[in-house]
Amino acid sequence: MAQNAAVKVEQEPTDIFRKLEELQAQFSGIKAEIESIKNQAAEDKLSMIVFSGDLDKILASFIIATGATAMGMDVVMFFTFWGPPVLRDKQKGAGGKDLMGKMFGTMLPKGVDGVKLSKMNMGGMGTSMMKSLMKKKNVASLEQMIEMAGELGVRIFVCEMSMDLMGFKHEEMIDYPNLSYCGVAKFLEEAQNSKVQLFI
Amino acid sequence: MEAIKVDKTLDLKGLPCPMPVVKVNKGIKEVEIEQVLEAVTSDPGSLSDFPAWAKTSGNEILKTEQEDGLIRFFIKRKA
Repeated sequence: MAQNAAVKVEQEPTDIFRKLEELQAQFSGIKAEIESIKNQAAEDKLSMIVFSGDLDKILASFIIATGATAMGMDVVMFFTFWGPPVLRDKQKGAGGKDLMGKMFGTMLPKGVDGVKLSKMNMGGMGTSMMKSLMKKKNVASLEQMIEMAGELGVRIFVCEMSMDLMGFKHEEMIDYPNLSYCGVAKFLEEAQNSKVQLFI
Repeated sequence: MEAIKVDKTLDLKGLPCPMPVVKVNKGIKEVEIEQVLEAVTSDPGSLSDFPAWAKTSGNEILKTEQEDGLIRFFIKRKA
């Protein structure tokens, strides 16, 4: 009996050290895992693709974007395809366009004033009715919404490929505090760590 | 009931979505932490928007009053 107990006492410390080492290894493994999760964790960010060039959808995009800043979110909007024409400045022109570029330039809306409703446009009548209704009901106009988004720090990226495809030039775009040009990778990078992603 | 001491009042009457939340988010920064901002809106949507905003921004709505189509929020700045 006494011999047994002595053996046991001799074994125990090594056992404890082994366990301790195991635990230490597990602990540092967990620590590393937490670090990597932290790096992947979604931020309080909203990434939005603005594909549409319709007044109603663009307006909704900006309402969501400005609302999101109030909710403390970082907001990024990516304008692609029918979206970029809306961000053109009516006052600005750009030379050096080829025939197709000129055609797209004339046929697509030049800035917020040229944007139409997706439904009930009725040759422009619906759109102007909606605009006067919005004014009556105190709803901010698209122009005001864009200005406010700029003040609130909403970042806008414009798809360079759409610009190139339709022959738009950087110098004909609006003066917006946070506007830059990008490709799909930039959007994906932002979207990957955003809690909310929208396609409008 | 004990009256709430208001440090600043924000008039948001007649403003539709998203202006009430955008403005209250700006306005709350004009009072100190633990002070109370009173916000008055006429937008029924703010009844669900303000609590949502308060929750995410970490502020506290002490009381909500409704009368004559106006909604009065008493918000304590916490963050």
